[in-house]
Amino acid sequence: MSATMTLEGWGRLAMPGREVVSCDLESLTAKAVLSRGLGRSYGDCSLPARPDDRVANSLMADRILGFDPGSGVLRAEAGLSLAQINRLFLPRGWFPPITPGTKFVTLGGMVASDVHGKNHHRQGCFGEHVRALRIRLGDGDIVECSPNVHPDLFYGSIGGMGLLGHILEVEFAMGPIPSPWIWMESSRMSSIEAFLDGLAEAALRWPMTMGWIDCLSRGSSLGRGILMAGRWASVEQTGGAAFKTAAERSLPFELPNFVLNRWTARAFNALYYWSHWRKRRERLVAPDPFFYPLDAILHWNRAYGPRGFTQYQCVLPRAAGPAAVREFLQRLVKLGSPSPLCVIKDCGPEGSGTLSFPLEGTSIAVDMAISPDIQGIVDRLNELVIAAGGRIYLTKDGFTRPDHFRAMEPRLPGFLQTKKKWDPSGRLRSAQSVRLFGDCP
Amino acid sequence: MKAVILGGTSGMGREIARRLAERGDLLFLLGPRKKNLERSAADLVARHPDKVDVAFAPCDLLRPEGFSEALDAADAALGGFDTVIVTAALFATQEALEADVDLTQRLVTANFANTVLFCEHARKRLLARGGGRLCVFSSVAGDRGRKPVAIYGASKAGLSAYLEALDHKFHAHGLSVLCVKPGFVRTEMTAALQPPPFAGTPDRVATQVIRAMDRGKPLVYSPPVWAWVMRVIRWLPRFVMRRIGF
Ligand SMILES: Cc1cc2nc3c(=O)[nH]c(=O)nc-3n(C[C@H](O)[C@H](O)[C@H](O)COP(=O)(O)OP(=O)(O)OC[C@H]3O[C@@H](n4cnc5c(N)ncnc54)[C@H](O)[C@@H]3O)c2cc1C
Ligand SMILES: NC(=O)c1ccc[n+]([C@@H]2O[C@H](COP(=O)([O-])OP(=O)(O)OC[C@H]3O[C@@H](n4cnc5c(N)ncnc54)[C@H](OP(=O)(O)O)[C@@H]3O)[C@@H](O)[C@H]2O)c1
Repeated sequence: MSATMTLEGWGRLAMPGREVVSCDLESLTAKAVLSRGLGRSYGDCSLPARPDDRVANSLMADRILGFDPGSGVLRAEAGLSLAQINRLFLPRGWFPPITPGTKFVTLGGMVASDVHGKNHHRQGCFGEHVRALRIRLGDGDIVECSPNVHPDLFYGSIGGMGLLGHILEVEFAMGPIPSPWIWMESSRMSSIEAFLDGLAEAALRWPMTMGWIDCLSRGSSLGRGILMAGRWASVEQTGGAAFKTAAERSLPFELPNFVLNRWTARAFNALYYWSHWRKRRERLVAPDPFFYPLDAILHWNRAYGPRGFTQYQCVLPRAAGPAAVREFLQRLVKLGSPSPLCVIKDCGPEGSGTLSFPLEGTSIAVDMAISPDIQGIVDRLNELVIAAGGRIYLTKDGFTRPDHFRAMEPRLPGFLQTKKKWDPSGRLRSAQSVRLFGDCP
Repeated sequence: MKAVILGGTSGMGREIARRLAERGDLLFLLGPRKKNLERSAADLVARHPDKVDVAFAPCDLLRPEGFSEALDAADAALGGFDTVIVTAALFATQEALEADVDLTQRLVTANFANTVLFCEHARKRLLARGGGRLCVFSSVAGDRGRKPVAIYGASKAGLSAYLEALDHKFHAHGLSVLCVKPGFVRTEMTAALQPPPFAGTPDRVATQVIRAMDRGKPLVYSPPVWAWVMRVIRWLPRFVMRRIGF
């Protein structure tokens, strides 16, 4: 049940490895050194460190093991995808407490990255809503953990990038929703300062907020963009509209490298900005275009061509102020990587996962095509993030240097201590953990 | 629909069971491993719009003496089933089968002799209550003797012939028999094989099979492109089949 092949992250960085699949995660993970789900992480966290390392793919393990319609608590095998959960439970009035910007992720991946969504300022990360995990440890034992039972393993696994154990089952609380529709407000923001004020103000009124920035504009319009805010619509607001699922299209082939360049990216950004010609709009939208605008085109990652791409995502603490955000954007513009996509979000307090990404401040995520300059670009951005007291998001990262990571991650020694306890022989590892955590290659 | 599914714990059987549960049909699961049945039953309960119970009983294709008891349990739980679906089967590569006679015996016995026995039990019960549906998974591998699937294909060829005859013989008595011939579908069974360009997915197969069952069709190739592929293969002259590796 294995084949030598190349495994890819979402940024299409590929590594040779052996991926194994089975409906039975228990037997599947017995000899594996890493688990992976839908491979929506961008960099090398779901890739093997060595070609002969076995990576357990959880996708066929997608059974729901229990759902309590009284409390909303759902327990399922780790390979169950958010797309399936939404398809089944949206029409019944339930939605996951947290969703990232794609529904093509598994529960295992959501826990391992401790994902956040548009409601981070209110609801925190996914880990805050997890009740229990069933984990296969590196030495083969299987344990159940929760905030009360083996809390170090539990919190270490939340945002632990699969390095403490293979997640077999996840138990978490879904949230009730009044209707399967979103009431959304979008506003045009003319500069980064206006944007940050807008986000802070919207956070008080809306449970979900995020923004899209034109990160190729300069000067006084640096950081202009569109702020989106939303909440689940009340039944009255929907006017009784029935729920329908969106159709998906797929980018059937890879575009050549040259299609996405500085000029096309700039044109795209300007077009998007000005297509929002009214200053502010309110309307009823379906959850899919609101939460997952990019999922409308499957395999959109092929748009970057064979060179592939990466996403740089960092969070800058509130204490560093708007000046740090402006400086970040200025540096980004100067470094000149064309990006059609730059997403900004204000985060609430740090979560309880030992290595959970968000902290109170501003998160910025930009896509970048891979070029010979990429290492230099990531290094320059990381230097700024370190100086501001921020950090990067591991699930997006493929290029950060270990010394930079250590400098921005004072929690790392604590995590490594927990890893030593639960994986004493250091069996579990990924290409990323070898690059950043000092795991044996 | 009140359906018994042998093999509903994984792959295409799992997807069929899920779709039936989601539209409100009543189900009973059969399979060799109790823990696995338990987990699949829980999954179906969570998916059913009315959250009805899904019961199960052990049934191993290598133990035909247990078939009758298993179907009794299904009858009792469902209050008389009207549909029986069999997706369970064994698979092994031709090399593995050539290297291991015991494996060959098990596979041929399970996929042909015992599947026929199971269907005989099922169709007698269905006919006794005036008819019903019998949906059984064979394979495109049974359509022509081919080098890479000589033994597995033969077990499925025998099964296909039996299912066709069953349809001819009992159609007028109210028994609707559906023989499903999947092409390459990405499931655990084929996880170790290199997928061809038009490999199918279990959810697509499930949709197609349920539609075919609802319409009372006798034969379905899934994904549909395999109907054309096999038409060509069946027409290829012997001397060509000898030379090619397909
Ligand atoms: C378009 C897009 C938008 C996104 N938006 C957001 C967002 O808004 N917020 C956010 O937080 N993230 C976002 N992400 C990132 C994504 O949510 C995470 O990378 C997530 O972990 C992917 O899940 P996956 O199932 O694809 O996991 P994979 O990419 O397969 O794996 C990710 C990590 O989880 C580990 N892992 C996976 N399954 C298991 C398991 N069963 N046991 C142990 N470890 C496991 C892997 O080892 C790896 O370290 C986005 C990604 C894309 C492509
Ligand atoms: N996948 C393909 O490409 C393909 C192509 C052509 C034909 N087919 C046929 O299509 C059918 C379904 O295939 P699939 O790929 O969905 O299979 P699968 O995922 O491997 O599932 C096989 C099922 O058979 C059950 N099973 C195994 N041994 C058994 C035994 N001794 N007694 C009773 N049940 C047993 C399994 O139970 P457990 O879950 O408990 O193990 C499982 O539910 C099979 O008949 C197969 O031959 C498949």
